[in-house]
Amino acid sequence: MPARKSKSSNPVPGRFGAYGGRYVPETLMAALEELESAYTKASRDKKFHRELDRLLKQYAGRPTPLYFAERLTRHLGGARIYLKREDLLHTGAHKINNAIGQALLARRMGKKRIIAETGAGQHGVATATVCALFGLQCVVYMGTEDMRRQELNVFRMRLLGAEVRGVESGQRTLKDAINEAMRDWVTNVRDTYYLLGSALGSHPYPTMVRDFQSVIGKEARAQILKQTGRLPNAIIACVGGGSNAIGIFHPFLNDKKVKLIGVEAGGRSARLGDHAARFEGGVPGVLQGTFSYVLQDDAGQVAATHSVSAGLDYPSIGPEHAMLHDSGRAEYVSATDDEALEGVKLLSGLEGIIPALESAHAVAEVAKRAKRFRKSDIILVNVSGRGDKDIGILRDNLKIG
Amino acid sequence: MKLERSHHVVHGDHLITRSPGLVVYVTCGDPNLTTSRRVILSAIDAGADVIELGVPFSDPLADGPVIQRASERALRVGTSLADVLKLAHEIRHERPGAGLVIFSYLNPVIRFGMERFASEARAAGVDGVLLTDMTIEEADDYRRLMQAHGLSTIFLAAPTSPDARLKKIAEASQGFVYAVSRTGITGTHQQADLKGETMRLVRRIKKFTKLPVAVGFGISTAEHFREVGRFADAAVVGSAIVKMIEENPGQEAEAVGVFIRQLRHGVI
Repeated sequence: MPARKSKSSNPVPGRFGAYGGRYVPETLMAALEELESAYTKASRDKKFHRELDRLLKQYAGRPTPLYFAERLTRHLGGARIYLKREDLLHTGAHKINNAIGQALLARRMGKKRIIAETGAGQHGVATATVCALFGLQCVVYMGTEDMRRQELNVFRMRLLGAEVRGVESGQRTLKDAINEAMRDWVTNVRDTYYLLGSALGSHPYPTMVRDFQSVIGKEARAQILKQTGRLPNAIIACVGGGSNAIGIFHPFLNDKKVKLIGVEAGGRSARLGDHAARFEGGVPGVLQGTFSYVLQDDAGQVAATHSVSAGLDYPSIGPEHAMLHDSGRAEYVSATDDEALEGVKLLSGLEGIIPALESAHAVAEVAKRAKRFRKSDIILVNVSGRGDKDIGILRDNLKIG
Repeated sequence: MKLERSHHVVHGDHLITRSPGLVVYVTCGDPNLTTSRRVILSAIDAGADVIELGVPFSDPLADGPVIQRASERALRVGTSLADVLKLAHEIRHERPGAGLVIFSYLNPVIRFGMERFASEARAAGVDGVLLTDMTIEEADDYRRLMQAHGLSTIFLAAPTSPDARLKKIAEASQGFVYAVSRTGITGTHQQADLKGETMRLVRRIKKFTKLPVAVGFGISTAEHFREVGRFADAAVVGSAIVKMIEENPGQEAEAVGVFIRQLRHGVI
C-alpha cells in the first residue's frame, strides 16, 4: 500500500523499494525531521566520525577479529567457515556500535534524557552503558517476560544507572516494549532522544542504524580479503529486527557473487504464533512506524510470536530486509529453537565460543549448509553476540552432564 | 442502496455544523458490538455531532491505558474492521444526520485493502476517515482513494507541528482538522494547557484553513468543553467516554448519555 513509488535510480530517502517510510502519530513527525537533519549533518562531519571511530576503537574494542573456525570447518566437512567476532565487543554484542553512534548524536542535539526498548537486554545494556559514559539520564522499557528470561541483563542495566521499566501489555516482549517507548517519546518528545536498537521504525532509523552497524561488514570485507585474498561465497547472519544482518550485508550488496543469508527464528513450529519467521507467513503491513513484512491475522491484528531467543522474538522486520527479500538479493531461512540450541552446543564444544541464542540461529544455518559448498569456498558467519546472558535458559534447555 | 447523510452532501463538507461541536470516540466492540451500538445511539441523542468509530488494534501506540484496555476487550470478542463497518451501516440507518468517522490505525485498513475499505465505508454511509499513524507524506494514494469514494480525510495536527506542516495538514484535511491538545498519548491522566499551547495551535491551524478545528486528547469535563468552545469549533472526547463504558457494566449507554448531557449543558 506504499503511498510513494520509488525507482532505484531515484530513491526516496527512507524508502527501500516499497518498504520503509514514516507512519507515526503527527506529534512525532517534527522530532523525526529534526533527527534526520541532525543525522545528515553529523554523517558529513569529520569530527563526528573521528569521535565515533575513537570510541569504537578505544572503548568498544573494534575492530573485532575475523576468525577462521578450523575445527568447525573440519567437523561440517564443507566450506571454510570464518566467524566475525562481534561477541567480543564491550557489553557482549554488536548493539554497542549503534548505541555509541546514536548517543553521540543525542549529545550533539543537546538531548539529556535517553529512552530505549530492549528484547534480550543487549541493546538496553548497550544504551545504559553509553548513557553512563556520557552522563545521560537513561530509561529502558522491557517486557516483563523478557525481564524474567534475561534477568542478568536487567541487573546490569540497573548497575549502570539506568531505570528499567517493566512492560505488562501484550505478550510482554520486545514489540510491547517498543509500544511503551513510543508512548514515552510522544509524551516527552521535546527533551527526549529515542535510541532505537534495531534497523526498524520510521525514517531515519532504519538507515541510521544500518550505517552505524555497517562497520561490521566494512571490517569483515577488508579482513577476509587480507586473510584469504578473496571475497566469501556466502554470509550468514541472524535476523530479528535485522541490525547485525544489515550491518554485515550492506558493504557486500554490490558484490553480487556473495550470497547473503538471513536466519529468522523458526521457534517451536510453523504455526502462526509459534515463531518469528516474518518471511514465512508474514505479509506487508505497518507496525511501529514502518512498512514491512508483519506477522498478523486476517484482520490485520499483529500476531503473537515465539522464539527461545528474546532478541529475535518480534513480528516485523527491518524494511531494508523486506526489499532484499523481494528482490532476491538476500535469501531468508529460519532455524528452530532446537536447532539454535544445538548451534550453541556446536560452537561451544568445537571452538570454545558460546554464542548468544540469537547468533546461534546463524550457526544452525551454517551447520545445515556448509556441506553443500566446495571445500575451497568461504562462508562468513556473524557471531553477533555472546551467550553469557543466556546461561539460565541454556541450563534449563540443554541436558549436560 | 447507498445510505447517505440526509441533510447535506458529504464530500468536502464541514462535518461539524454547530458550535461548539462535540465529537465522541468509542472503541467499537468494547465490551461487545451490541453495547457499542447502544452507546453510540445514546451519545448521538445526548448531543454528539460526530462519532469516531474506533477500530480496535493490537498495538495502539498512540493510546493511553484506558483505550488500550478497551482495545483488548474488543479484540477478545473478535471485533474486526468489517464488524465496525457493519456497525456504521446500522447507525447510519437509525441516525441519518450524525457524522460518522472511522478511526483506526493503519494496519487493519491495509490488510482489509485500501480500495475495498473506501468502497465499503462509503456504502455503509461513513463520512470520513482518520488513521492515527498515517502521515501526510505517505498519504497520496490514500487521499486519492478516499476522495474517489466521497470520504473525508481527517488528519491530526500537533503542538509540535511547525507551520509548514500545519499548512499541508490543513490542505490534506476534509471535514475537520483534529488538533491534538498536547504532546502525549490519549487519556485523562495528563492535562493540556488549553489556554496556552492548545489555543496557540488552533490559531495557527486557522491561519491555513476555514475547516472546523476539533480539539482532542485529555478533554473530559464540562469545563474543558466550555474552554475549548471559546477558541475551537469542537471538542473530541474519547478516553472519558471509554472510561464511562468500563465503569458502568450493563448501564453503558445510559451512563454515556448522562455524561454527554452534562458536558453540553452542565457541570462535571
